[in-house]
Amino acid sequence: MAHTAALHTEKPSKWSGGSSPFKVEYGKLMMWFFLLSDSFTFGGLLISYGTTRFATIGWPDPNVAFNKFPGISGNAPLAFVSLMTFILIISSVTMVLAVQAGKEMNKKDVVRYLILTILGGLIFLSCQAWEWNHLYHEGAWWGANPFANSNGTQSTQNFTNFFFTITGFHGFHVFSGVCINVIMLIMTLCNKFEQRGHYLMIEKAGLYWHFVDLVWVFVFTCFYLV
Amino acid sequence: MSNLEQLESGGHTHAHAFDSKKVKREIWRITLYLSILTVVELLLGFLMMPWPEDSLKRHLVKGVVMALMLWKAFYIIAYFMHLRHEVRNMIMVIAIPCILFVWFISAFLGDGQSYKNLRARMDPYHVEHAQLPMEFPAEEGHEGHETPEVHKMDVPAASPAAAAHSAITDSTKKAE
Repeated sequence: MAHTAALHTEKPSKWSGGSSPFKVEYGKLMMWFFLLSDSFTFGGLLISYGTTRFATIGWPDPNVAFNKFPGISGNAPLAFVSLMTFILIISSVTMVLAVQAGKEMNKKDVVRYLILTILGGLIFLSCQAWEWNHLYHEGAWWGANPFANSNGTQSTQNFTNFFFTITGFHGFHVFSGVCINVIMLIMTLCNKFEQRGHYLMIEKAGLYWHFVDLVWVFVFTCFYLV
Repeated sequence: MSNLEQLESGGHTHAHAFDSKKVKREIWRITLYLSILTVVELLLGFLMMPWPEDSLKRHLVKGVVMALMLWKAFYIIAYFMHLRHEVRNMIMVIAIPCILFVWFISAFLGDGQSYKNLRARMDPYHVEHAQLPMEFPAEEGHEGHETPEVHKMDVPAASPAAAAHSAITDSTKKAE
């Protein structure tokens, strides 16, 4: 016993209490764990999409299915989705800047960048609403696929089913991210974080928002590019 | 009391002595990288657009696009989500479970591929059926569409699918 006690006094373990072994607060660690589990949810969806695609003969060409841009009547593949991608990247950047401003205890900048992030999220959601509406009027919906395979053969409904399920699930994440950011904005304006002495809550909201951007990187590639 | 506060916030209570300008420069640098990678992805997307769907070069470019996707994901996780600057043990706690994705992807995509091959062997009719051109129902709509205009699935004549479709129907007519 005396021996082990001596060991402890010699070199206190990071895990023996009194300190934070990961040097992150509890909430942030739990946010990371949540995002890890959420990435497996999205992974499950995207991999089932990939599996179905690998098991199917022929698949519709995304450049034919998603070829419209609002205000342009002609064929414009990849254009609209690139715009959506850049909107999400930029809103992610403004979120990092908000987190950074929070670390510097700069309330004015936190408010400014949070508003920009929320705006980016709302614009992205509007773009998605436009796209869904357009596709619906083309006759695409869950259980209805008007697009032939890339070689003109009979396609399955899996194409639209997976598209609407996965972009819908992602859009729902964007929506909840916007809600979280609005709550953060209200809390900042009410001086909640100033009273606490830190803006760590913004950091957790930021992690969630970046995750939404991260998932879009995968959705964008898997549905529109390949 | 101060110790308790430290524990609650993981030791991040007080602003660190960091170089704000340096951090911001890093943020903009990563933004630039992400934009460049996205533009390259889009260029590759436009490059492979006219290539035949099952050609080797198209598969290769798709592989490159996938690699660029992972590269972008790394930038977002490492810099925007700040994981790179965390404690090593913390990074491992997040990174190691993600190795499961290697199995997850290879096993399931392989399963899909094998299903397609087995089905083609056991059920040749299925393969023949998959060669039939897509019929565009003229008046038969689906549920959920109330307005009759929506039923007409106008595929613009310029689209390759419609062109392929008409080409196939033409050839079958000629054969008859």
